Amino acid sequence: MDIHALQQIVHQTRDARRKQTFSKLSPADRDQLIHKYHPDFRESAFRPLRFGPNVGDKTAIELATLLEGDSSVTDGFDLTPDYTTDVLVVGGGGAGCAAALHAHTAGAKVMLATKLRLGDSNSVMAQGGMQISVAPEDSPVTHFVDTLKGGHMQNDHQLLKVMVEEGPSIAKWLLSLGVLFDRDGDGNLHVKKGGGSSKPRLLTCSDYTGLEIMRVLKDEVLNQDIQLLEFCAAVELTSDENGNCTGAIFKDLDNHRNVVVAAKSVILATGGIGRLHIQGFPTSNHYGATGDGLCLSYRLGAKLVHIDTFQYHPSGAVYPEQLIGALVTEGIRSEGGHLVNAKGERFVDELDTRDVVSASIIRECEEGRGIRTMSGRVGVWLDTPLLDVAQGPGTMKKHFPAMMLQFERFNIDISKDPVLIFPTLHYQNGGVKIDTNSETNVKNLFVAGEASGGLHGRNRLMGNSLLDLMVFGKRSGLAAAARAASMLQGTLTVGHLKGFRAEAKKHGRVSGVVSPMILPPYTRKE
Amino acid sequence: MAQEDKENIIDQPEVLRHKMVTVEIAGKKYEVPEGITIIKALWYSGQEVVRGAGCLGGFCGACAAYYRTKDDPKVRTCLACQMAVQDGMSITMMPPFPARKATYDIRTLKDPKQDLFNLYPEAPLCRNCNACTEACPQKIDVREGVWKAVFGDFKSVSEMFMDCVMCGLCTPVCIADIAPNLVALYVSRAQGAHFTEKPVGLDIRINEIQDGRFNDEWTKLLKMNEKELTDHCATVK
Repeated sequence: MDIHALQQIVHQTRDARRKQTFSKLSPADRDQLIHKYHPDFRESAFRPLRFGPNVGDKTAIELATLLEGDSSVTDGFDLTPDYTTDVLVVGGGGAGCAAALHAHTAGAKVMLATKLRLGDSNSVMAQGGMQISVAPEDSPVTHFVDTLKGGHMQNDHQLLKVMVEEGPSIAKWLLSLGVLFDRDGDGNLHVKKGGGSSKPRLLTCSDYTGLEIMRVLKDEVLNQDIQLLEFCAAVELTSDENGNCTGAIFKDLDNHRNVVVAAKSVILATGGIGRLHIQGFPTSNHYGATGDGLCLSYRLGAKLVHIDTFQYHPSGAVYPEQLIGALVTEGIRSEGGHLVNAKGERFVDELDTRDVVSASIIRECEEGRGIRTMSGRVGVWLDTPLLDVAQGPGTMKKHFPAMMLQFERFNIDISKDPVLIFPTLHYQNGGVKIDTNSETNVKNLFVAGEASGGLHGRNRLMGNSLLDLMVFGKRSGLAAAARAASMLQGTLTVGHLKGFRAEAKKHGRVSGVVSPMILPPYTRKE
Repeated sequence: MAQEDKENIIDQPEVLRHKMVTVEIAGKKYEVPEGITIIKALWYSGQEVVRGAGCLGGFCGACAAYYRTKDDPKVRTCLACQMAVQDGMSITMMPPFPARKATYDIRTLKDPKQDLFNLYPEAPLCRNCNACTEACPQKIDVREGVWKAVFGDFKSVSEMFMDCVMCGLCTPVCIADIAPNLVALYVSRAQGAHFTEKPVGLDIRINEIQDGRFNDEWTKLLKMNEKELTDHCATVK
C-alpha cells in the first residue's frame, strides 16, 4: 500500500489517543515483557567466554569471537617508542576529549590518538540531552534512584554516586567553555523529562546536544598543547614485567606503518560495539564502533562487566532505506509523541525505560501488529505530527531541527507524516570494569565512557551517557595525570600476549580472527 | 510473523524493481544499486573507506562530498552518508582542506567582539558572493552569519550555526579565504562563555552538594540492603 494510505490510521486515531493515559507497568510485568521479547534474552545469541579474565561469563557471540581473537603483533616486533608521553588517550569522542583536556590542565604531557578524525564518535550524534539534576525540585539522590531503577538495580553504587554528584560542576565547566545549553526565561538551564526519569533533568542544545558539546571540546583540544594522532588505530597495549600498562601500539591507517607510544598511563575511550551488528541488528552507532578497547583491555587482563547486555534504542528509522538504523531522537517521545501500531493503538508508556519500550515494539511486530516494508523490515509508527497538533505549528521544526532536516533530504516532512521505527542497536551497557578513578584492575590502564562498564547496570538511562563521558573522562584524566607526575615510564613489552596465546591454543584457537576489528568489513569483495 | 497481513506493507518500487545505475566516483565509472547512499556506493564499488566516513548519521561532517547530476553543469555539495545516488551522478569526496584555525583561550578573552578581528582578520573581507551559503549542506545562511559576526551580533550567529556539522564545505569556495565555520565556532563559543546569563540555579545546586545538603539522604540510602533499596526505589515515581 501507499505509505500515506497506511499513515491515515495514525491521523484518524490521534484525537482519541490523546485522551488516553498509560500507567507504568509493574516491576513484574516489566520483567516478563523484557524476558520474552528483549534481544538480551535470546539465549542462542550468547555464549560463555572460553578463557581470559571473564572465563565462563556469557556474552554476545559476535563480541566473544573478538575477545578471544589473536593480536596482530607478533614475536620480534620492534617496540622502540616513536613517541613518549605522560598520558595517552585512545579515542576522540566525548570521553577522550574530556580526559585529554583535564589531564592537560593538570599539567601532564598528553597525546590523543584516534582511528578516525578527532570527534568522529557516537557522542557527536547524541540528541536527547544530558541528565544533570539542576532543577530545585530535583536532587542528585533522585537522579541516583532513577538511574538505579533503569539499570535493574545492578549499577555500581560508587560509580553512580560520583556521576550524579559531579554532574552540576560538569555543566558549569561546559558553560565556561561556551556550550550553549537551552535556557528558561529567567536564565536558568532548561530541563526536559527523559524516559525512565521521575523529574525533568535533561539539559539540551535543541536536538544537537552532542554536536554542540563536541564542537566545543574538539575546538578546545585543538587550542591546547595536546598532541594529536589521527587515523591511527590501537592494535595492542604494552605491559611491563608486572603486567602494568606502559603504552600502546598503533597502525597508521594512511601509510600502514606501526606507531609505538610509550606512556605512563593509558586512557581507553574507545566507545561501543554497534558496528558488530549483534544479532544482525542495524545500528545507530558511528563507523568505528567496533569494541576495540574491550579486546585490548581483555588481552591485558582487565576484567569486563555486564557484557551480556546491550541497549536497543526503541526508535531507529526503518523507512526510507537510506536511514535504516539512524536514530529518531527520544526527545520526540519526551515531548509527547505516541508509539502507534498498525491498528492505530498505543501499546506502552512511551517514556518507560528503553529496554521496556523496545521489548514492547518487538512484541507488537512479532504478534502481527507492525507495518512492514518490501525490503523485509517491520516497525511501528512514531506519531511525530502530534507535537505540532498539541503544541502549535512549528514545534517540530523549532525543537527538532536535526530530525526534520535528516528526513527532508528524502522528501519526508515528519511534522506532517509519522515515522516508521524499530529498535536499533545503540549502546553497550557494560564494558571494562573500573573504579571511581576510572582505573581498571590493570595498573595504569584507565577506561572512560561507553567502553567502561558497571555505572549503567543492565540498561542505561537516557541522557546519562553524555554525563558519564564528561565525569569519567575528567576523573580518568586527572587520575592519570597525577599518577604520571610521580612515576617513571615502565618498559614496553608484549609479554601479556604469551599467556593469552597459550590459553587460546589450549582451546584450539577457535576464534580464528585477529582483533580488534578497527573498521567494519563493509567493502564489497568480489 | 504471526499473521501475514498484506494490508500493512509499504510500497517500495525501488526495492521490488532493484535497479543498477552508473555513477562516476572520482572519475571512474561503477555500477551500483540505485538509491543507496554515496558512502554505501563507495563500499559497494570495492573501495576501502578510512577518510570520509564518521558518524554515518549526518552529524560529524566527515563525509563532505561534491556531486553533479546527469547533464547538469552545477556541482553541488552534500554529506555522503545522507545522499542517495542516482543514474549518471558524478561524485568526489572533499579532501581535507588546509584552513587556518585561530587558537585562543575562550575563557580569558577580554573583548571577544573585538578579538574576532585579531583572530580572524579576514572575516570582514567578505565580498558577498554567497558561495558559502550555496555550499552548506545544512542549509545555513552562512554569508549572513559571517556579516552578523562582523557586526557583533554574536547571539544570532550562535543560533544560526547550531546546525553546523563543521564539514568545512563553506571554506574552499570562499574567495576571501574566510573559514566561515571556524569563525562561527569562535563566535558561538564567545556568545556562550561571555554574553549568556549565568544560571543562578546551577550555582545553588553546586553549593548544596558542597555543603553536604544531601548527606543524610545518601547515608540512609547507601545503608539499605537490596530489598530495602528496591522498595525505596519503587516509591519514587
